[in-house]
Amino acid sequence: MHSTRARVPAAPAPALGAATERVEGRDKVTGTARYAGEHAHTPPDCAYAWPVPATVARGRVTGVDTSAALALPGTLAVLTPGTAPRLGEADDPTLAVLQDDAVPHRGWYVALAVAETLPDARAAARAVRVTYATEPHDVTLTEHHPDAYRPDLANGGQPAFRERGDIDAALAAAPVRVDVTYRIPPLHNHPMEPHAAFARWDGEGDGTHLTVYDSSQGADPVRKTLAALFRLPEDRVTVVSEHVGGGFGSKGTPRPHVVLAAMAARHTGRPVKLALPRGHLAAVVGHRAPTIQRVRLAAGRDGTLLGVGHEVTTHTSRVKEFVEQAGVPARVMYASPHGLTDHHVVPLDVPTPSWMRAPGEAPGMYALESAMDELAEALGMDPVELRVRNEPATEPDSGLPFSSRNLVACLREGARRFGWADRDPRPATRREGRWLTGTGVAAATYPVLVTPSTATATALHDGGYDIRVNATDIGTGARTVLAQIAADALGVAVGSVTIGIGSTRLPRAPLAGGSSGTASWGWAVHRACTHLAERLARHTGPLPAEGVTASADTTEEAGRTPPFARHAFGAHFAEVQVDTGTGEVRVRRLLGVYAAGRILNPRTARSQFIGGMVMGLGMALTEHSTADPAFGDFAERDLASYHVPSNADVPEVDAHWVDEDDPHLNPMGSKGIGEIGIVGTPAAIGNAVHHATGVRFRELPLTPDRVLPALR
Amino acid sequence: MKPYGYVRATSVEEATAAHAARPGARYLAGGTNLVDLMKHGVEEPGTLVDVSRLPLDTVEELPDGGLRVGATVRNSDLAAHPLVRERYPVLSQALLAGASGQLRNIATTGGNLLQRTRCPYFQDTAMPCNKREPGTGCGALEGVHRDHAVLGHSPHCVATHPSDMAVALAALDATVHLHGPDGERTVPVTGFHRSPGDHPERDTVIRPGELITSVVLPAATAGLPSAYRKARDRASYAFALASVAAVLDLADDGTVRGVGLAFGGLAHRPWRARLAETALLGATPTDRAIAHAVEAELGLAQPLRDNAFKVPLAHNLACRVLSELAADRP
Amino acid sequence: MSAAHPPRDPAATDGAAGRSHDPAATGGDATRPHDPAAADRDDTRSRVTLQVNGAPRDLTVDHRATLLDVLREDLGLTGAKKGCDHGQCGACTVLVDGRRANSCLLLAVAQDGAEVITVEGLAAGGELHPVQQAFLDRDAFQCGYCTPGQLCSAVGVFAEAAAGHPSHVTDPARPAGRGPVELTREEIRERLSGNLCRCGAYPNIVAAVEDVTR
Repeated sequence: MHSTRARVPAAPAPALGAATERVEGRDKVTGTARYAGEHAHTPPDCAYAWPVPATVARGRVTGVDTSAALALPGTLAVLTPGTAPRLGEADDPTLAVLQDDAVPHRGWYVALAVAETLPDARAAARAVRVTYATEPHDVTLTEHHPDAYRPDLANGGQPAFRERGDIDAALAAAPVRVDVTYRIPPLHNHPMEPHAAFARWDGEGDGTHLTVYDSSQGADPVRKTLAALFRLPEDRVTVVSEHVGGGFGSKGTPRPHVVLAAMAARHTGRPVKLALPRGHLAAVVGHRAPTIQRVRLAAGRDGTLLGVGHEVTTHTSRVKEFVEQAGVPARVMYASPHGLTDHHVVPLDVPTPSWMRAPGEAPGMYALESAMDELAEALGMDPVELRVRNEPATEPDSGLPFSSRNLVACLREGARRFGWADRDPRPATRREGRWLTGTGVAAATYPVLVTPSTATATALHDGGYDIRVNATDIGTGARTVLAQIAADALGVAVGSVTIGIGSTRLPRAPLAGGSSGTASWGWAVHRACTHLAERLARHTGPLPAEGVTASADTTEEAGRTPPFARHAFGAHFAEVQVDTGTGEVRVRRLLGVYAAGRILNPRTARSQFIGGMVMGLGMALTEHSTADPAFGDFAERDLASYHVPSNADVPEVDAHWVDEDDPHLNPMGSKGIGEIGIVGTPAAIGNAVHHATGVRFRELPLTPDRVLPALR
Repeated sequence: MKPYGYVRATSVEEATAAHAARPGARYLAGGTNLVDLMKHGVEEPGTLVDVSRLPLDTVEELPDGGLRVGATVRNSDLAAHPLVRERYPVLSQALLAGASGQLRNIATTGGNLLQRTRCPYFQDTAMPCNKREPGTGCGALEGVHRDHAVLGHSPHCVATHPSDMAVALAALDATVHLHGPDGERTVPVTGFHRSPGDHPERDTVIRPGELITSVVLPAATAGLPSAYRKARDRASYAFALASVAAVLDLADDGTVRGVGLAFGGLAHRPWRARLAETALLGATPTDRAIAHAVEAELGLAQPLRDNAFKVPLAHNLACRVLSELAADRP
Repeated sequence: MSAAHPPRDPAATDGAAGRSHDPAATGGDATRPHDPAAADRDDTRSRVTLQVNGAPRDLTVDHRATLLDVLREDLGLTGAKKGCDHGQCGACTVLVDGRRANSCLLLAVAQDGAEVITVEGLAAGGELHPVQQAFLDRDAFQCGYCTPGQLCSAVGVFAEAAAGHPSHVTDPARPAGRGPVELTREEIRERLSGNLCRCGAYPNIVAAVEDVTR
């Protein structure tokens, strides 16, 4: 007989803070974890879709000849702007696929082939003949582009322009000045799993139901979008995103593939699978927009900052405005009486940029933290001490107190672990055979974000607990940490908790993005479990067969804006070697030390920190994409030419953290950890390259074509 | 990919006969490049003649001390072969500097020689490319061409040959053995790949229907000090920005008795540096002499707008490798 | 010459159109119906037999189909991942006749008779392969999409190193084939560089592989 008393074991060890193994780990190492394109119940009549990208950079489609494609064996249909189902209104214009003849950029989808098999679909797509009326295009971002304008808001709802005091006057009066411009090329997320969807329509009329398995960072936003596009009530759309092969922002919004899969399934009456070819991703799932960033620093001879100016020029598409908020971290980082942060954006005939891991912070902190290194050099001051010197008492832009800020602790702890004290600051003085070596430091920051969520917790008749929340695990370990949160809130062992995520059949929840997942979902799980524990405490006798369920909705508490500036901070240290004969830069070691609230699972947290640093290494050294001026394409569209770091590029990487007890966050006391790892890494590496070579590079990545000529 | 036929050959004669009998036939060996290009629509075979199981998968020691490498010997097996490792270290090193472990397990000796450029304009059928579709122009000439040629290119094509292995074979004076409708013939590796000239669509001198049966590594370069160095954007699994294969034979008095020097990543073919070799022959290979010799060769370079860095890069790599070989510390 | 086997009477084949004939082994739902166009495609399809994870699988394959697509779409073995479909990421790595290979570049028809081991076949009798266990112990993955390829690749690396195969970072003076190559961290990094991981789990992957070699 079950009784509530027996259900709660005597004070199990706290789950939070333990290095619990990933709940789904075994599924992932045995190959049984199913991703979107791998739906375990692929029906016998499943068809395959393959999109056709535009081959001009700007213009309109004047004709689509589908006859050759339809004549091929296995072709079921070719959807075109003229024949595709009409969609309802989309908030996101990049999802209005095959709705008109406009071609806003190369790679925009202009047709969709549907066929019996994957080879048939590929062949059919290739056989579609599209004719265009072309118009002159422009895909080149320049610093003073005539079409540049200042938007109202940059990404994240941040005001594009903020000003305190008079930066020009501060610069004019300052004894030490830095006025430099940095450039970062377009970058691509390239999660290992290309975006994929499986779509199936069931029923007729009012019984119509659309079921989609999508590779997405948030099934609820996908459902909302599909419901609007296909004019269905949301309860007649089901979206499943059980396992997701990475996203890094590119799966944070619904993408054309899922709309096309649903269209194709509707049109053919067959279930349809659509997995995007890798070569399409650059044009249809977003990218980090290139930035041109001017940073101006005014300082006294003791290193005290008198003014900080950070002005950003970036691009967006002609379809949709997205403004990389690279100037925003300068509003957070350092005390200074005068401050200016500004953004301008140029609409070009390029694919629409979007989120890529730490949008704003990653490129912005590369520029700001490189400039701080330049200032330290100009001052003859240690770069760690320069940052400590300018630690603000309150958030510089808002004047709000920090809920917690331990940047200095991160810098000190990192310096200790890295052996910074032994560093000879003189550049270009360490030669080991063909290599010059150097070390560098940079700070990192990332905001604390949280979004309301719902969740349920059920005490089961068999003694277990079932937690449900439509969270998404894109590799973060969400399942695991949510189970830990639940276990502690219930006062039970984590092994007695099962967790259901990744489906719109579960309680509504926000997407995995902005390093906010654990805070948002965890808060709701914590609430639901707390309610459940209270109810169980009052409950006497056996549990009913259906168990006892409590639910939570954090709209009120998570939606509240507290009177604090809330950010995670970190310090990155890098050691590099530069081959003087080839200009090849290789990292020898990377260290990150973070202050990110309470670390809930050191195992998965460490992996996320390290993963961010590895992506930062790629941003610094290997990754770049080029908007081809003549043809309008990104030239590097595959993984042979877009170089994400390989295993051999990644040396000893370590992540540590300082304890932080911040009561102004959420019941778990956690800050987001998914993005901050990338933020300071590129500047730390760039600063180390300067230390090694004596050359200040201001454009990423640091590939031999850039480095070698400067060494001569 | 349009549907196509498939036949599996069990002898060289069957393969060439099958190829001749079927329109649009292509030989399939490892397929690492052919299948890739078929997916891009660059290759659209009517029939694949599978030669991967032909009895050409052995490395055979020749009476004179050279080696005959069968055309279907996998790159990984060739790199690991004790005699290759011992007598032709430059070849083993070049193979191991290319691709990845799993690709090397698939790719064959013959296929590696025949692989096609990774120029993005060549791989995208929507782009102009004289190599893929003669007369359409060269997208890379004024386009994105950091990775492209600085030597021997033409206004019609600025692509580079991507192979590492072929660069080593060129430096080693290896020969390619072919079997075709007109019988067998032998071509030196240095003459196997072409410069683009007016016909960039022809990568090599191979004739229609000819099949590579083996590559012979000559006794003359066996056991000589040799080495391969490659510069690339990432530490592994990337094509060469520039590479160097060098074989150096020093006389007892320390002067250069023989030298083979070849560049990869700079041209439409492995670039045998004959001017540099001539300058070094008979000389004492001091750092200065080496630098002068390499400069003589790279004086031929005509960089494009965005790839001038390849000239000093190749220079430094070549000087480094030759100096190390001269110092007998490869 | 053995011309490719023409398909037998489709009705007599298992899952015609190249679909699985063994529902029990593939989750029960991967079987696909007979494609009515199949009869017109005799010269573009062939019968092959693959030994997949120890079991013979008789299939009719489209000549265009890669081993990867046959594993994933016809046999329901979705452990092998499609990351790039062009041999540029390694997510599709499986063991073919004991050697690691990019299954996205292998045409299935050319693999007739081959022995294929996928990640689903690494755990013998439910017991995890040591490298699978090490990946769990070291948290050597995040999203998990590259993981099956990393695991198969690692198993291939163990065999290659044991056979004395050198890598790019092996001392050139070391003769090949004379005893196993020690898998130092540098060796592991180089040998696993054909398997990209965008989550950046490399340090943990290297630690996991190192654990197995100890």
